[in-house]
Amino acid sequence: MSALSRFLRTPEAVAGAFLLAALFAMALSAPLLFPGDPQAIAGPALLPPFQAWSLPLGTDRLGRDVLAELFHGARTSLAVGLAAAAAALAVGAVIGTLAGFAGGLVDEVLMRITDAFQTVPAFLLALAFVSVVGPSLGVVVVAIALGTWTGPARVARAEVLSIRERDYVASARAVGMHPLAIAFREVLPNALPPVLALSSVIVAAAILTEAALSFLGLGDPNRVTWGGMIAEGRTVLRTAPFLSVVPGIALVLTVLGVYLAGEGIVEATAVRRGLS
Amino acid sequence: MTLLTVSNLTKRYRRGGKAVAAVDDVSFHIDPGETLALAGPSGSGKSTIARLVMRLIEPDAGGVEFEGDDFLALRGAALRARRARLQMVFQDPLAAFNPRATVARVLDDPLRIHGIASRTERPHRIATLLERVGLTAGLAPRAIHEISGGQRQRVAIARAIATKPSLIVLDEAVSALDVSVRGQILELLLDLQRQEQIAYLFISHDLGVVRAVAHRVILLDAGRIAESGDARAVIDAPRSAIGKALVAAAPRLHTKRDAG
Amino acid sequence: MSMLAAIRGLSVTYRRDGSEVAAVRGISLDVVAGERLAIIGESGSGKSTLALAIAGLLPASARVEGSIAWSWPSSDAQAPPSVLPDISPARGEVALTYPLSPVNNAAEDRPTAKLPISPLAGEMSGRTERGVTERRPSAIGEAEPPLLGRDIGYVFQDPSSSLDPVMTVGKQIAEVARTHLGLSWPQAFAKASILLERVRLTDPASVLHAFPHQLSGGQKQRVAIAAAIAAGPKLLIADEATSALDTIVQAEIVTLIRQLVAEDGMTLLFISHDIALAAELAERIAVFRHGQLVELGVTAQIVDAPTQAYTRTLLDAHIGLDAASLLNRAGLHA
Repeated sequence: MSALSRFLRTPEAVAGAFLLAALFAMALSAPLLFPGDPQAIAGPALLPPFQAWSLPLGTDRLGRDVLAELFHGARTSLAVGLAAAAAALAVGAVIGTLAGFAGGLVDEVLMRITDAFQTVPAFLLALAFVSVVGPSLGVVVVAIALGTWTGPARVARAEVLSIRERDYVASARAVGMHPLAIAFREVLPNALPPVLALSSVIVAAAILTEAALSFLGLGDPNRVTWGGMIAEGRTVLRTAPFLSVVPGIALVLTVLGVYLAGEGIVEATAVRRGLS
Repeated sequence: MTLLTVSNLTKRYRRGGKAVAAVDDVSFHIDPGETLALAGPSGSGKSTIARLVMRLIEPDAGGVEFEGDDFLALRGAALRARRARLQMVFQDPLAAFNPRATVARVLDDPLRIHGIASRTERPHRIATLLERVGLTAGLAPRAIHEISGGQRQRVAIARAIATKPSLIVLDEAVSALDVSVRGQILELLLDLQRQEQIAYLFISHDLGVVRAVAHRVILLDAGRIAESGDARAVIDAPRSAIGKALVAAAPRLHTKRDAG
Repeated sequence: MSMLAAIRGLSVTYRRDGSEVAAVRGISLDVVAGERLAIIGESGSGKSTLALAIAGLLPASARVEGSIAWSWPSSDAQAPPSVLPDISPARGEVALTYPLSPVNNAAEDRPTAKLPISPLAGEMSGRTERGVTERRPSAIGEAEPPLLGRDIGYVFQDPSSSLDPVMTVGKQIAEVARTHLGLSWPQAFAKASILLERVRLTDPASVLHAFPHQLSGGQKQRVAIAAAIAAGPKLLIADEATSALDTIVQAEIVTLIRQLVAEDGMTLLFISHDIALAAELAERIAVFRHGQLVELGVTAQIVDAPTQAYTRTLLDAHIGLDAASLLNRAGLHA
């Protein structure tokens, strides 16, 4: 409760939470407000915003409703961002914990693999993976996670290295607990807070990566994405800039919201840890 | 029959390229139901010996025989099973528990791991254990960080006796406690020893406490045994240099007051 | 017997997760100039909070009531010889009482605050004023006279965390001397070297250039003591300064503190949980429990004829080398 009140006391965190709430509302209400296919033709092509009541943000080159696309695009951004970040955090935490707790050869091998992934730019990795396997929502999620799990892995390992020397790990060994149970029941939960602190950055990065992939035409072709909308609008940037600007602003606000809310959560929980 | 025999135990650490012996050729034994104290200044190797005996770290040389078996030869599941008979209580009662744990979970672990009680029996066993160490069963759902230091050390002792061990290593187990609590914990330990014939390896830098609770004492200096024998005989008339220094340094309520 | 500090009705309350915890409740206590006073108690007795309040080190969130009136013995001719070699301080008996409450009466206090408040103040009046205004807002009012580091030396329990890990030992001590005595760096280093000798470190020349991690716990605590006395404080507070050390090193540090206090004519406030250790070092003992002063008396009276049951409990709980074996009581063969 007190962490929540501390969270709500910082204006940045409240702004972030507000933006995120708006994003979730968009994503959840999309099928209700715009029940049809957002990629269906809804009116005349290249209708500017605020001209027709039924099409408040106008239409794109093919006459599709921009507002409907924006709402449905929020679903994709959010789904990919959260799923990719969750996958990256889970894989990173498990690999980091195993490496840090086992030490020796296991640590050496796992960390060299981490190095290998980290030396390749995350976006190139995602690009290569999607072009080989083919674009679909699941593949995009895996592609983004491939390039982002190394950060959580390193943070988890560093934390585990310090935790495994603590007395309570020694007590668990003295009681006769299995090493894997020690790693995942005693060590991992206590190594998580700094790893989770990375989540806002990772979610934001994943949303941006997804948009970039879509922009390059490597997004799921059956779904509306903000990156794809920007790419669509690019060809008519001079005559109809709103087609790129509207999803661009949505993207900026989303990333900002995720980042601010994440920071707020870290701050609020850090204060509590500092006190106790 | 001796319970624990430690022979020629040696552990070296690398420090700045040089190997420093933290424990150097140490041998001793403990009989069932006996308290053997290890005393010495910091850096004398007493905590390292505790961790070697517990196999939390591995020695460079030497042997540990426990209940007639070569304890150092045990591996994996066999070692984990045997750990039931050899338990440990740490100095800092807060650091020795997972910060997320509750009292019940702490005591549930040994009962579950060693198959001592079924899932349905365990709450009852946990209540019995808590009462055994002078706590109420109502403490079980509380988080470890919510209870006092003295209560935590009682929970640590309850965890140690849950598996019916024959030997408990007490690594400065009463050093961090308030003096009024310390007396109660020592009484509890001696009470358990009397009723269940538990032997203690009692590690402490406090000669007053050692003299009050130990049968025999080993004084360590720089990883080696400086002196050993009957606890009161050794402390009342130390022969080694470190023994004399430790005795001279012990705070006294009455004798040395006018020295300054 | 002149008074150094008169503490009246001191209460300190911490706010923790919404609820208020009183760490010290209505303490009144006189600290006599030049005495060795021990504050003993168990955990939660408020003994460390009292020490922090005296040193002005309480966190800003702590709520403080009551007052500490300071009276620095300015006419003593025994200024610490090693500390004040060439300073001719303004002399004059002053006794100032400063309100501890957060009420801001700085306007009325302004002239008083400029009075020479210690032998050093005349020499460094400009410094003092800045030093006073620069201090962190703490529970003690802005214009309160003693300055931590210059007038009060504080030795903490854990020398590893009170020393800067990335600064050489010599520099840390020299910095105190430079800040409070206005010495140049070479003078301050020379002073640091003398101080390391005074705390009986073997090979002070090499310790001067060592980093804290290269020293043992006992050596680090000697360095922390050297830094605490670098500016020649009148009051030395040792807050569980020996509790993290083993018995032998503890005895050495206690001896060292006793010698330094005698040599420099300092007043000692010795905070400890160990009544026997306090009895060895202190002339008077104050027994604390649950934030309250249970009993105060000269050491012999406290140890031999305590008037309070709690003091008796603490004495009985002490297990000395002459204590009866617990094995017999538990029915075990000795």
